[in-house]
Amino acid sequence: MTTPVTHPFLQVEDLARIYPSPTGGDAVAVFDHVNFRIHKGEFICVTGHSGCGKSTILNILAGLDTASAGNVFMDGREVSGPSLDRGVIFQSHALMPWLSVLENVAFAVKSRWPSWSKQKIRDHAMRYIELVGLKGAEHKKPSQLSGGMKQRVGIARAFSIEPKMLLMDEPFGALDALTRGVIQDELLKICAETQQTVFMITHDVDEAILLSDKIMLMSNGPHARIAEIVNNTLPRPRERSAIHKQPHYYPIRNHLVDFLVSRSKQFGALRDAPDAPSSPTVFDPSDLVESEPAVAPVPPVGKPHIHLVNA
Amino acid sequence: MKMKLSLSQKAGLLSLGLFAVILLVWQLATLPEARVVAADVDPEYAALMGGGAASSASSFPTPAAMAQTLWDKLSDPFYDNGPNDKGIGIQLAYSLARVLGGFFLAAVVAIPLGFAIGNSRVFYQAINPYVQLLKPISPLAWMPLALYTIKDASASAIFVIFICSLWPMLINTAHGVANVRRDWLDVSRTLEVNPLRKAFRVILPAAAPTILTGMRISMGIAWLVIVAAEMLVGGTGIGYFVWNEWNNLSLTNVLFAILMIGVVGMALDSVFGLLGKRVAYQE
Repeated sequence: MTTPVTHPFLQVEDLARIYPSPTGGDAVAVFDHVNFRIHKGEFICVTGHSGCGKSTILNILAGLDTASAGNVFMDGREVSGPSLDRGVIFQSHALMPWLSVLENVAFAVKSRWPSWSKQKIRDHAMRYIELVGLKGAEHKKPSQLSGGMKQRVGIARAFSIEPKMLLMDEPFGALDALTRGVIQDELLKICAETQQTVFMITHDVDEAILLSDKIMLMSNGPHARIAEIVNNTLPRPRERSAIHKQPHYYPIRNHLVDFLVSRSKQFGALRDAPDAPSSPTVFDPSDLVESEPAVAPVPPVGKPHIHLVNA
Repeated sequence: MKMKLSLSQKAGLLSLGLFAVILLVWQLATLPEARVVAADVDPEYAALMGGGAASSASSFPTPAAMAQTLWDKLSDPFYDNGPNDKGIGIQLAYSLARVLGGFFLAAVVAIPLGFAIGNSRVFYQAINPYVQLLKPISPLAWMPLALYTIKDASASAIFVIFICSLWPMLINTAHGVANVRRDWLDVSRTLEVNPLRKAFRVILPAAAPTILTGMRISMGIAWLVIVAAEMLVGGTGIGYFVWNEWNNLSLTNVLFAILMIGVVGMALDSVFGLLGKRVAYQE
């Protein structure tokens, strides 16, 4: 797959984060030479082991943290601080506990459009509260909500300011599997409606496959890099219940799991080799699946299905 | 018959029982002693004192006398028969006015200053030595300095209250502001919230419970200190009343004043307790 020649929406060039060594020796780069670009409307997932600097990269994109080297450009302008153009969904939901659901979202809306009337702010906030299915709970305080509902408010708040780009740091990491599934479906729907550009960190391979257009794989730190980019070729709209029947599903999933289990560690040695690739390798499952027959078995009709699940 | 009592009913009964025991002990301790003692009294002294010397009924009031005093004083709390004879309501009002005056002056200084200190590491480290040095000084030690510079007894009492209320509010405000959750500040940064709105809509509500705890501690200390301060400056107030009644050797009135100080202190504390509940939030 070739990247379009149009200007990318977000461009990250040679980003690095260097910490002085605690023992007084050489400074340690958590990550360096991080390069990638994101196009408008793309949903990017980033995954990698803890400590590779994913969250730091996200915070730099958000403007909450600064890089030791390198640049970030969004829409042709350099990112130098936090901005309403980039909405952030925090893992810890970060709702203000003294404000109700509606007040939390309205606080963001008023920040975005300070001149709006109270009624207009309220209506706008309510629209996004309804979008995440929290109508009826708008006057509750966050402490009265479940973890999943709190994160929904966080999503409503981030979408309500209609940012050019959305940054999510493991937004569903703290949720149980069932709740996570429901909210992922909702996020999928909202993103499809709003054509939102998203940069999301996740540790969940299935989440990445369900939501993303591209999955960036980071090698282990120190000197972490974006080692590979996987094009998620599964067609949209995607259904959680049917996605695993897609022919590309298992090749992508296996590729991701293999990377996390073994290749993420080996990358360090590869990188130091003289003929090391200067940019991440791109994995596209359509290159490899087309040569193989479709693996999805068709169950015989009329007989009860027996599912064997190998743990 | 077996009765099921709730926890608060049990506690209430126990409280009443304790009250009865205190009254009983008090009554027994203040019983007039037998007349035999009268034999020891020097006849000249007895002649001088009339019946007073022979009766060794202690001048410590009995519960009944105390109840009578309570009734008399509380049924007419606002009379004013000159400088040395004012109703308890008037004396308490003087003390409350000084406490509230000094307290609010302290709040006006401590809360904005605490905000600034809590927001800036540099400012915090610059101010901290002064706070640590000034905090352990008994507020009454400032009295001579206040009297010399202000040259007004009543205003000096207010200044003493100001000084003692300052530190808990300053320290708690700085602590509350410095410990606002990083996430909430990050949210306001990504929303480009201007500094003033951030101070009033994010930091203030987030730190409010800690600030209110500081105000509650300050008020408690202020009410403790006003009694001593008024004993020194004299003229009016509950502290002056206690000292005046001691000079009159009226232990009944001293005891009555002690009770009133406790009641008012409790009321002040519960007001701040209620305010604290209003600004509390559950994470």
